[in-house]
This record gives sequence, C-alpha cells and structure tokens, in this order.
Amino acid sequence: MKFGKVRGLTGPLLITIILLGAHWSFGVLNSYQAITLAVLCTTTTELSLRRLLTGQAPQFASAYVSGISISILVRSPMLWPYALGAVISIMSKYVLRYDGRHLWNPTNFGICALLFLAPFAVAPLSVQWGNNLWPMLVIWALGLVTIWQAKRAHITIAYVTSFFVFAFVRSVVSGTVYAAEVAPITGPMYQLFALFMITDPKTTVSSPRGAVGVACLVAFVEMWLRFAEIIYAPFYALFLVGPPALLIEMWWKRRAAPERAAMDGTGVRATPDSSPA
Amino acid sequence: MNRQRILRVFATIVFIALLAAPVAMRYAEDAAGDADIGGVAPDALVRYGFVLEDVAEAAGVDFVHKAPVLDSKLEPIMPVVAAYGAAVSIVDVDRDGWNDLYVTTSAAGAQNALYRNVGDGTFEDVAPALGIADLNREADGASMGAVWGDYDNDGYEDLFLYRWGRPELLHNDGGTGFTRASAGLDLPDWINANTAVWFDYDADGWLDLFVGCFYRADVNLWDLPDTKVMPESFEYARNGGRNYLLRNRGDGTFEEVGLAMGIASDRWTLAAAAADVDRDGDTDLFVANDYGVNELYLNDGGQGFREVGRDANLARTPKSGMNAAFGDVMNEGAWQLYVTNISEPGVLIHGNDLWVPQHDRGEQPDYWNMAGAMGVEIAGFAFGAQFADVNNDGWLDLYVTNGYVTGQQPDSYWYDYSMVAGGHEDIIGDAANWPAMEGRSLSGNQADLLWLNDGTGRFRDVARSVGVAARYDGRSVAVADFWNRGVVDLVVASQGAPLRVYRNRVADDRHWIGFDLRGVHSNRSAIGAEVHLFWANLEHVRQVEGGNGFAAQNQRRVHFGLGTETAVDSAIVRWPSGTTQRIVAPAVDALHAVKEPE
Repeated sequence: MKFGKVRGLTGPLLITIILLGAHWSFGVLNSYQAITLAVLCTTTTELSLRRLLTGQAPQFASAYVSGISISILVRSPMLWPYALGAVISIMSKYVLRYDGRHLWNPTNFGICALLFLAPFAVAPLSVQWGNNLWPMLVIWALGLVTIWQAKRAHITIAYVTSFFVFAFVRSVVSGTVYAAEVAPITGPMYQLFALFMITDPKTTVSSPRGAVGVACLVAFVEMWLRFAEIIYAPFYALFLVGPPALLIEMWWKRRAAPERAAMDGTGVRATPDSSPA
Repeated sequence: MNRQRILRVFATIVFIALLAAPVAMRYAEDAAGDADIGGVAPDALVRYGFVLEDVAEAAGVDFVHKAPVLDSKLEPIMPVVAAYGAAVSIVDVDRDGWNDLYVTTSAAGAQNALYRNVGDGTFEDVAPALGIADLNREADGASMGAVWGDYDNDGYEDLFLYRWGRPELLHNDGGTGFTRASAGLDLPDWINANTAVWFDYDADGWLDLFVGCFYRADVNLWDLPDTKVMPESFEYARNGGRNYLLRNRGDGTFEEVGLAMGIASDRWTLAAAAADVDRDGDTDLFVANDYGVNELYLNDGGQGFREVGRDANLARTPKSGMNAAFGDVMNEGAWQLYVTNISEPGVLIHGNDLWVPQHDRGEQPDYWNMAGAMGVEIAGFAFGAQFADVNNDGWLDLYVTNGYVTGQQPDSYWYDYSMVAGGHEDIIGDAANWPAMEGRSLSGNQADLLWLNDGTGRFRDVARSVGVAARYDGRSVAVADFWNRGVVDLVVASQGAPLRVYRNRVADDRHWIGFDLRGVHSNRSAIGAEVHLFWANLEHVRQVEGGNGFAAQNQRRVHFGLGTETAVDSAIVRWPSGTTQRIVAPAVDALHAVKEPE
C-alpha cells in the first residue's frame, strides 16, 4: 500500500479511536442505531451521488468521517436527525459547488442546517466527556500529532490561540470570569471542531498564511456571535467565514494564473478541486 | 440538457426538500397539537372525557412555596441552586377516609402545611396544631419533600421529612400529633436529600426507607468554606451525595445498610421509585440522577441489590433524571417507567424516557425507550410527572410539570449555563466560575403537559384544552381522589409559586373501581402491594406507592378507570409478604376495603 493511501486513512482511524475510547470510557454515543444510521447514510449518499454526478469513485473514508462526526456531534433522542444530518452533509458537497469544488465543510453544513432548521429536535454535543484532564490531553495530543503529519497543525494552533485571546476580550467586555469564557474549549465539541472541522483541506484555503488568517477570522466572528449569546457559535462562524474565504482564494488564484503563466511561459492554470471530501 | 445536468437539478430539488423537511414536520406537529384557546375548550368534557379546575383558593388552600436563601457565596447563581423544595405528598393523617395533603416550603422560618380534608370540599391547615409546620428552622435546614408510611404498623402513617439539612422522622400519634423519632434513623446528622421512598425490600412486614441525596453530606449550603460545590461534570458527575438504605428493625429504629446491600451511589440523585420490575416477587428500586446515568437496583430476595441499569439498557446515556414514575400504560400487567429530563430547543434535547419492558417474568430486565414513538418525549425542563387515568377510560394518562427558573427578566441564562456546562471539572465544579444570573430565566415560564393516552400507543397533550394553563416552575405532582367521587384529582407544587389543586370532572358515563388495602403480615400501609385487575381481556396493574415522581407521593388507594364497562372479571392482590388474594367480580363504581388474609 502506498504511503499516501495510508495517510488518507489516518483521519478515519483517529476519529474511530476517539469514538471508541470516548464510548468505552463514558458511553458518549446516544445509541448504536444512531451511529450506524449516520454512517450508512453518509456512505450510501456518497456512493450514489459521486458516481452519478461526477462519475468518480466514492470517497468512503471522507464519508465515514462525516458519519462518525455527525453521530458524535449531534445529540438527539430521535433517530431521524442523524439520518437527515448525514444525508444533508454529503449532499451539500455535490449541490453547493462553485467552479468544480464544494465550499462548506460537509459536517459543518449538516450540523448548522440541523441546528437552524430543527432546534426542537437537535442539540450538538456541548458537554464534556468525563471529568478529568487525561481524556482531554490524550485527544489533543493524538489529534495534534495527526494534523501535524498532515501539515494542518498551524490552522488548529492559530484557532486555539485566537480563541484564548478573544475569550480574554469577551471576559473584559462582558465582565464574565475568564475561566467561564475559556470553558467551552476544554470540552470535546471544540476538540473535534478544532482538530477535524476547520482543518478540512478541501474547504480551507490552501496557503498556510491564508489558512492561519482564516482560522483567526473564524475565532473573531465566533467572538461576535458569542457576544450575541449564540451557543453554538463556532459552527456558525465557520459556516459564515469558510466559503467566502475559499471564493476569495479562488478568485485570487484565477486572477494571478494568467500573470504567472505570462511570466513563466507555462500557461498552466490553477487546477480546481475535483475531489470533494 | 445532458443527463448529468438533469441529475444535478434533481439532486438540488431533493436537497432543498430535505432542508425544508424539519420545518414542515414542526408545522404539522403544531397544527395537530393542543391549541391555546385561552381557557377550557367548550367541548372538552365530551371530546376528552374530563376537565380540570384549579380550586385551591376556593378550597382554602392558599399555600405559596418560598425558596431557600443559601450562603451568599452562591448569590450570583442562587436561583439555579436554590431551585428545589416545593413538594407534595398525600396522606389520610387521621384515617377519616378523606385524603389530606402535606406540602413543604423551604425558606428559613417558613411553615410547611398539612391540609386536612374537611370532606365538604374544603381543607384546613392543621400542621401547626399537629407540630409538623415549623420544620424549616435555620439550624435544621430546608424541607425538600416528605413521604408517609406506617413504619411501626400502628395504623397511622408516619412522616419522613427530608431536607437539605437534618433528616426528620415524625411518629404519628393516632392522628392527634407527632413525636420526633429521628434518633433511630441511623443517618448522618446532616444530608442533602431530594428524595425518599418507603418500601419493604426484605418483605419482613416493616417498612424500610431509601433516601437519595443531591449534594454531599459534608456540604452545608448555608455555611460554605468555598464555592466548590457544583457537579464536576454535566453528564458524568460522581461527586454528589451518597444514598442510603435504612432497614427497619421493627422496634422503632433503623439500620443503615446501603453499603452492605449495594445501594450507596454518589451520583446526584433527584428521584426514586420502587416496583417489582422483574416480577420475581420482591421490590426493586429505580434511582433517577441528574448530571449522569440513572440506576436500576434489582432486589435479590432481600439479601442485596445488583445495579443493572446499563445491562437493562436504561442507563446507557447520561441525561438529567428528575422523575421516576411506574405505570402500566399499555394495560399488559407490567411496569413501564417514566423519567423526565431536560428538553430545551437548540440547546439541550435530552428528551424524557418511557422505558417499556421487553423481558418476561423473572428474566433479566431489558427495556426499550418508547417515549418518542408514543409521543411523550419532548416536554421542557421537566420535573415531576405522574401517571393517572384522568378521564377514567381505562388507560393511564400522564401529567408532566415543567420549568426551572423564571427570572425577573425574560432574557435567558442558557448561553452562560451551556458555556460552563461544557467546561472542565475545575471550571464547572466551582460556582465562582459561573456567570451571574442577574435575574435571567433558565427554561422559565413553561407550560405543563397533560398527555392523554388514546389506548393505541399514542399520547396527545390536551393540558390547555382541559384547564391547565399556569406557567410556574413546576416541581412536584401528586394524584389523589380528594372528594371520594371515584375520579383522580391532581395537586401540583411549584417553586416559589402557589400550590395548584385541580378538581377533576369526568364524563358521567365513565366507571371506575378502587381498592383501599390494609396489610397484616405485610406493612400496614400496604406499600408495595400490587392490584392486578382483569377486564375486557386485559390485565391492568397498579400499586400502593411509598413515594415516586419528583418529591411526591400519591394516595395510597389504588384506582382504575373502566371506561363504559360496568363489570370486571376479577382482581388479584399481590401483597409484599408474598400472599396472593383473589377477588372475583368486585363491584364497579366502588372503593373496596381489602385486608390482607391473616
């Protein structure tokens, strides 16, 4: 097996380890039916839509990660939100496209859609797994090592650093104790958000500097959403910031490509992403 | 248009339809729901078979709960901490054949009340005269609830008062007064209890007592050294108060056997109820915990308990258990279990649980949660709930009271609450880290629900149509026939709000049957006795309760609605002693006094 293929399995492997560890330790899954349903829905949607709409081979690893993420992040006593969230997530990749690539992180889109359209039935994961430091440190350590290998650690570090800074700003402005403002990032929702969602290579800008800037901007928008007391601010912040950032980068690259081609004489155009994850 | 483009258009249409689906679903549910028409529906009696009227004021019940005021270190979040203590329990304190009601308040110096049923439609508060009113003295703590049981089998039911403070056992001296008997309790001087249940776990004929605690026993909420008293986790907390099991020695004293018998959980217990869930002849115990999973304790013939909640499938997901009520909603002769939790749209959707047994008699318990399928899942910030056949149609209905903290201003505290709830133990566990509430509400102004069982496995809320409109922070619900009419009335105690007494008016064509049990070899109160009623090819089961719901206790009588049936086949009484008693074709529309065979 080629190294690239093995690396492609790192994400699914890591999220599976986190899931198994969290469920074994704390029983975090609402039910086995929910996770089975979510993964089945993401994979079958991926299988059918990718074949039909692009004629390409399905990306099961990506669909699997989306399914697992939905089943962890969505909290509902009902089963239908898991199915609906899973299908919407994957469909968003193939319906909401511009210039051959999708704009929203699929799971982020699915969760925001559920939160906005079905608040009577859904809430995302917002509580901690257990009550000691070690699970949190293990997840952060494993996650950081993985995204470091994938050359995405700068995004997470930028976001987390910005979060702490903006938490201080919020604390000063609102008069709330700093510990309370920082509290959310010690929970698993933020671990999954910062390690997996905002680092998605297909929906973040490609240049390292740009990605760091976007991560900081997500944290900045989140601060304002938090001032408005929107509980699930990080999801909405990424939903709002991610696609415009991508569009700007695409526009920038397209604008720069002819100039670069003229300069080096290759005539090579920036390649749009044709393999959404 | 090429094939791929057509497919893309089709996919887009499906995508939009999926996004619209939850909105359409909500719209359809709202359209089918019980509309608030600002009063009782004119045809409610015909359509639903009953209407309720709050007659508290007319009946002379003018009780208003007062919340405790705790250590000033908790001042910024006082409303969410001091959010308990409104409780109601039913007793016939003087054995005159009329159900009385005992209610607790919690502010220092405030008086609990025992509303004696005069029998003419009114009540009189006799608590001061009987010496069970002044029970919220500063040195003793705040009342959280009370349960009644005849622990010495002298024929009069005694009072166990649980507090955030000193637990109190008060002996009923023939209905004319009470004598303090707390010295025989074998409990710590100070506990922070929120529930208690009388039951005879070893079937020796003497009532034993389970006491469930919220905060640790070493926490005095009026004298805190620091603010580190909150749960260490929102869903996995294990730093609550220890629970206790008191075995009645039969000489007026109790022995604490919780550790030895396997019941010594340190979760944050808010409710408990007892029933023979595996139908093996002994009484088992269910414990509902906030900030974590619930617990089901199987009784091994009085020799010990095994916690099987996870294996039984009803304690896999940590929620916010605040109520425990057993009932036979399917008329199958088996116990279903209703547990309330938090449901706040867009914030936290735990959903309530209706656990339906899949196991047969004597098998290991195995439950499925059918709350969603049966339509009793989403309530609100739900506390007390009780099963009761309010329209005497033969099917148990369900009353759920909602609401946590209604502040002076409409703004919600949920944002701040969720911010801290997601934090590490050092953050959530310290009240100093919790943002100040500043008069904001947390799931306040919520309406109660009254779900009517249609007999086909579905429930429908009809609360507003039948006369339940108040929006207080509901806590405790109890069920009793106050006017000896063969219908069940309801009492609802709310935090910092007036007590509601709902007089029930049922359609004339509905029949009923009742049983008033008296134990001989079993405990005199007959707590734990089951009555199985056979009619219309169905088996219905009810039991004598020693405390259930949230901080509540129903009447000791067992009531069955019969619909339009005018005869029943038989009734079988299963006494806690193991004795079985069969009554053939008991008369309907009558309350049967049944004494355990000698």
